[in-house]
Amino acid sequence: MATLFEGFTLCGLVQTQSASDSAIQGIELDGDSDHAVVTDSTRAVTLYKVSDQKPLGSWTVKQGQLLTCPAVFNFQTNEYVVVSDNKVIRVWKEEDLHLDKAFKATVSADVWRVHSAPGGEPVVLFQRGAVRLLDSLLSAPQQPIEDILSEEEKEVIRWSTNIVAEKQHFVLFTTEQKGEHFLYVQRLNPNTLQKYRLEREDSRAPPLSFSASLRDKHINLLYLYPNGCVYQSVVAVQGPVGLEGVQALPRSLRLRLPVGEGELGAASAVALDEAHVAVVGMPHPSARTGKDFLCIWNTNFQTLQADKEMVGRICGQVWCYLGKLFVPHGKALSVIPYECQKSSLASALGKLRHPGIAVSKSSVAIPSWNTLLHGDQPQGPTKIVDSRKSKLRRKSQSAPALTVDQVLELIKTGPVEEVRREVEALVSRGDAQDLQLSVGRLACQLVARSQVETAFYAPGALARLVKTQCLCHSMCPDLLLLALEHKDYFLCQLCLQLFPDIPEVVTCACLKTFIGVPDDDVEMVSLEPDSVSFMEGLVAAGARGGQQNGFSPALFEEDSCDPHHQPKPPQHQDKKNPTLQLEVCPVGLRKAVLLNEVLQTPYSDNLLVPHLKDLNAPQVILFLQYLQFIYLKYSQDVYTQTPVLRSPTMTQIIDWVCLLLDAHFTVLVMAPDAKGLLSNLQSFVKSQVKLFSELGKIEGSLQELHKMKPSKDISQYSIEVIELF
Amino acid sequence: MGEFKVHRVRFFDYMPTAIRAMAFNAHTERLALGRMDGSVEIFNFADHYFQEKVIPGKDSRSIEALCWVGGRLFSAGLNGEITEYDLENLRPKYSLEAYGGPIWTITSNSQGAHLAIGCEDGTVKLFEVLEESIQFERNLDRQKGRIISLSWHPSGTQIAAGMMDMIRVFDAVSMLTTVLLVDRGFGGSKSRETVVWSVVFLSDCTIISGDSAGKVQVWDGHTGTLVKTHLVTKWDVLALSVSKDESSVVVGTSEGTVIQFQFIAPTLQQQQDKEWVRTRTFKNHTHDVRALAEIETAIVSGGMDTQLVVRPLLEKFDERSHASALRKIQFPHRNLVFCAKKAGLLLFQFPGQLELWRLGESDGHGKPGDSLPLKRKPEKLLHLKRKGEDHICCSALSSCGGWLAYSTMSSVRLYRLQTDNNDISITKVPKLPKILRSAHQLCFSSDSSKLFAASSQSSVLVIALSQSECKYVHTLKPKSGSRQPIHLMTNSVDGKWLATANSDCEIHVYNVQKLKLHCIVPVYGSCPSAMGIHPTTNNLTMVHADQQIFEYSIVEKQYTDWSRKLQKQGLHNLWLDRDTPVTHVTFNPKNPEQILLHDMHMFCIIDQSLPLPDQKTQFYNQMTLRSLSEQERPSHLHAFKICKTFQDLLSVSLLDDQSLVMVERPLLAITSQLPAPVRQKKFAT
Repeated sequence: MATLFEGFTLCGLVQTQSASDSAIQGIELDGDSDHAVVTDSTRAVTLYKVSDQKPLGSWTVKQGQLLTCPAVFNFQTNEYVVVSDNKVIRVWKEEDLHLDKAFKATVSADVWRVHSAPGGEPVVLFQRGAVRLLDSLLSAPQQPIEDILSEEEKEVIRWSTNIVAEKQHFVLFTTEQKGEHFLYVQRLNPNTLQKYRLEREDSRAPPLSFSASLRDKHINLLYLYPNGCVYQSVVAVQGPVGLEGVQALPRSLRLRLPVGEGELGAASAVALDEAHVAVVGMPHPSARTGKDFLCIWNTNFQTLQADKEMVGRICGQVWCYLGKLFVPHGKALSVIPYECQKSSLASALGKLRHPGIAVSKSSVAIPSWNTLLHGDQPQGPTKIVDSRKSKLRRKSQSAPALTVDQVLELIKTGPVEEVRREVEALVSRGDAQDLQLSVGRLACQLVARSQVETAFYAPGALARLVKTQCLCHSMCPDLLLLALEHKDYFLCQLCLQLFPDIPEVVTCACLKTFIGVPDDDVEMVSLEPDSVSFMEGLVAAGARGGQQNGFSPALFEEDSCDPHHQPKPPQHQDKKNPTLQLEVCPVGLRKAVLLNEVLQTPYSDNLLVPHLKDLNAPQVILFLQYLQFIYLKYSQDVYTQTPVLRSPTMTQIIDWVCLLLDAHFTVLVMAPDAKGLLSNLQSFVKSQVKLFSELGKIEGSLQELHKMKPSKDISQYSIEVIELF
Repeated sequence: MGEFKVHRVRFFDYMPTAIRAMAFNAHTERLALGRMDGSVEIFNFADHYFQEKVIPGKDSRSIEALCWVGGRLFSAGLNGEITEYDLENLRPKYSLEAYGGPIWTITSNSQGAHLAIGCEDGTVKLFEVLEESIQFERNLDRQKGRIISLSWHPSGTQIAAGMMDMIRVFDAVSMLTTVLLVDRGFGGSKSRETVVWSVVFLSDCTIISGDSAGKVQVWDGHTGTLVKTHLVTKWDVLALSVSKDESSVVVGTSEGTVIQFQFIAPTLQQQQDKEWVRTRTFKNHTHDVRALAEIETAIVSGGMDTQLVVRPLLEKFDERSHASALRKIQFPHRNLVFCAKKAGLLLFQFPGQLELWRLGESDGHGKPGDSLPLKRKPEKLLHLKRKGEDHICCSALSSCGGWLAYSTMSSVRLYRLQTDNNDISITKVPKLPKILRSAHQLCFSSDSSKLFAASSQSSVLVIALSQSECKYVHTLKPKSGSRQPIHLMTNSVDGKWLATANSDCEIHVYNVQKLKLHCIVPVYGSCPSAMGIHPTTNNLTMVHADQQIFEYSIVEKQYTDWSRKLQKQGLHNLWLDRDTPVTHVTFNPKNPEQILLHDMHMFCIIDQSLPLPDQKTQFYNQMTLRSLSEQERPSHLHAFKICKTFQDLLSVSLLDDQSLVMVERPLLAITSQLPAPVRQKKFAT
């Protein structure tokens, strides 16, 4: 995880005339880790103590003169170095008050930058590409400076930096020439120069920013293009010496940032560590465009780790020193401390789930398990599958049965029965890990073929795959709908039982189908025997009217239901009573079994209610009647104790009643044939309320009992009366 | 049956003192228990753990360890003295200065010929046990640092001594010493010395030690090497006791746990390779377990929480029975409360003082279960501190409330009390007869004209009291010649009879008018724990430690018909299963059929006119009877009417106005006065 902490303003900025120019030329480190040397775009160099946000010293050149390169600190001599008017090198110490009185030297060519880094001597990079150590240059300021870059071909330096690594000193600079971009790596002592050509981006746009860092004896160059791509190139420190000519610099895409509409204007990316990149001047993926953010991205997982809105105009500059990011924006230079922890998949995913930062909606390429498994992408990920496949192949070489790939091929063309047989064989011998992968692929393949070829439907094979319990709805989203389409209710039941992740809309679709299906259609369907026998027991219990342990339902109903609305008053135990509608299950047995499965699927209320509205009034009434039926059965306490693996609980039934009433209340109130039903349901509610209030009373009484004992406080002395018999 | 007005008294702040030491004499099955206040109690484990004798403490005496040599009991303490007790006269026989500073431990060898003591100055002193005394023999090599614990090798040639940070083994033959170093605790306690609180030396030369770092360590005494360390507690391991067959060792810790180690083979296959394995943990104490004894069938433990716990080892019992039940002895098996029935006064006996209280009054009437409004609150009339450093061993209050007497080991004091309305005046009776030196029991005749004092060899001194003087009258002597002390004494209301019971279980009845022995009640095998003479029939009712009840007609010198009937039919099992002895028997003068008894957990009225319960009868039937109608009730009645409303009873008596006085001392109140136990991390605290 990466964190951006609360930042603070180091100093205010003077607005420059042109919109594109920044008010700051550069920020460099001092010998003190808490110091920052800020060079503005015109004449002043200011030394700040960062933690105090306070200037320690400020030096300016005369009116008319111009600083042309950011001031740097010479770590070897503790002096500051700056270049004014391209040719004048000025060197001063912190005690010096006036820059004019400091040491000056005029060199013979225009200087591009002076670079300095701890552990190395400052180097001077000239505009025409030559590099000199500062010391040797100052000893003979007027020495001739060669041209590396030819003036005629208009090759100009765009960016430069220096890197000190293991006594090796590098100066890196990039140039632009006729739309082509080059990287020069100048190695000092011995001096060698290597030139690389950067791959051209499709848009031909120049890179917006560069950032170089040293890691594992390699120089990593990170560069950002206006289309949001962040590439990384790696140059070895012990690079190929003496390679003549221009090398092509290989690059790899580290990050594709969401840019919103259009391209990035002024933006900059800087590598924080091997996994984190700070990007400034880009829109937030979930915010409106036009707002500029400072974001930290994890390049390993392509996730946004931290973000902060930057108020005011950003000119695409960011510096990163010692755990702090320096970002000029608007009228201020902000310092924002940050922290990057070792990234882990869990933390990366955790942030992704956060609403609002839905990275997946942006153009960031996130490997999807689906594509990974089913080989939609011809690149990298398939390799994994390939290796797995080959492993599987190796494993199953001795077996005469077909491999996953072969079965997949077979599914594309083979007849239903053969497919079923092969799938059976494959599933029964596969080991758990590979099974997960292959089952998903097989199921998707089967579903895909069925969707294309209406005549093809392999219920046996699909049921076998579902029964492995390796499948879930999101792995093969079309499976359940396909089963519904083909009226394969057994498969539907299996899916409802075994899939943990059925979306509410699909649940509702199932419900709707199940209610709507004519009883005759279902009665011959073979369903899971456990659930059928449960339902048979429930219905038979009602028919018997039998009670156990001398329990009288009359008592219960008298207690719990409003007698005026009781369609079957308990006094009438007569079986021939025509008002016995509650004793009869309103739906067929198999249908009831299927509805029970729906009752037991997990759901969340908010998501389910809108889809429930799709049911029409007769369907709702029928379903409610069914719910009422099993509620009453349960209330009779006959079958709740039966040890059945899956049976809807009382709470599930009540919850569904509530959901249906929520979704269709107005419709039901208006429907004349729902009147009796509603009043019955109301009596259920009353009975539940009464039950709970009774329970509450019992609780109260028990508490009182509990209190009674210690409350008998016995004092030191009392006179009591006892009676013995 | 009827209603009773009950004075429920909870203002007796009886506080037992912590148990410090324990020694079990397997031969006589007597357990000697030493408490912090220097008192010694003798429990007869063969007779239902009855507290047979109590030797009162003394301010200057402290007991660190107890030790039996044959039937003789020795103690040693931090006052630097070795004391032998006279168990017949319940007093120290002699004390001997050991000249080694405070003594931490005393132990005898198995031959009973020598005593070894461990002193603060680092010496182990050997004493030879002589016929009538002990004699210093020699010092073992003096060590630097105190000797905390000692254990003889059964052969008597070696002694292991637990010290600070080490155990030393002295060889009496070769005069060599071996040093076993005990390492210290971990963490913060690293800098603190480890005290080897307890050590046992087994016959196979294994030494087992328990120390203040919470370790139980097993050493090989031959080689002086550590065999095994069991870390059993974060606190101290204070006490160790080994069973007679050396197959089991129990340790007591500061956490109040008792942990058993057994010498067993860890696997079934290799029965030969036995080792000491931690087996069971018992938690019956809340505080330090300072004293432990593993006896044949049980583990006996005691400590700071003042109770004596007998935890039977269930594998030694074939079936669950009365004997296999956990037993806790919290209250003394004798009376500390005396009631003046006529005057409505209560006398509370503490080791250091006596308190005299007047009960409150209420003129209200109420339904059963009601508390009546108090017209007058109870009042503490007197707080009498004892003189001298000997603790009070017995006291008595005359039933008219006019006389008060107490005895310590060295003297008897008699006081005349006069109460006019609210004022009370106390006068010490100056000249007591010289013969009246000390008493094991005291009691006044019911007309307050005589004082009976139980003296040595079961004799009773009769002192005549009058306003002007008190005069020695006679010494009543038993014919049996028993040397045991009298622990119970009661006289009849008509002043004619006096009954005494001694630790030999003998009950003598004297005719006080003729001043001679009247008869001896046939000796029963269990010690009487309470007895009383009926005010009208002069029948002597006796309850024994084994819960048996006898009624003996003094006039006819034979058991009464009721008693024979009771013995023939047998007492109800639930009665016999009670684990605390009856400590008081009294009668209802208005209803001669009623005998009132109580133990710690119940109060019982026996109605001799009612049928005796047989084994099938519901024994505790008060609740049932209450629910029955008036007509149904008689068919369900039986003689034992038991009331358990009052718990932790120290005394029950019936005043002349027919109201009962129940003196309760809730155990919770005792526990709340104990010091805080060692802190233990409990889940979710």
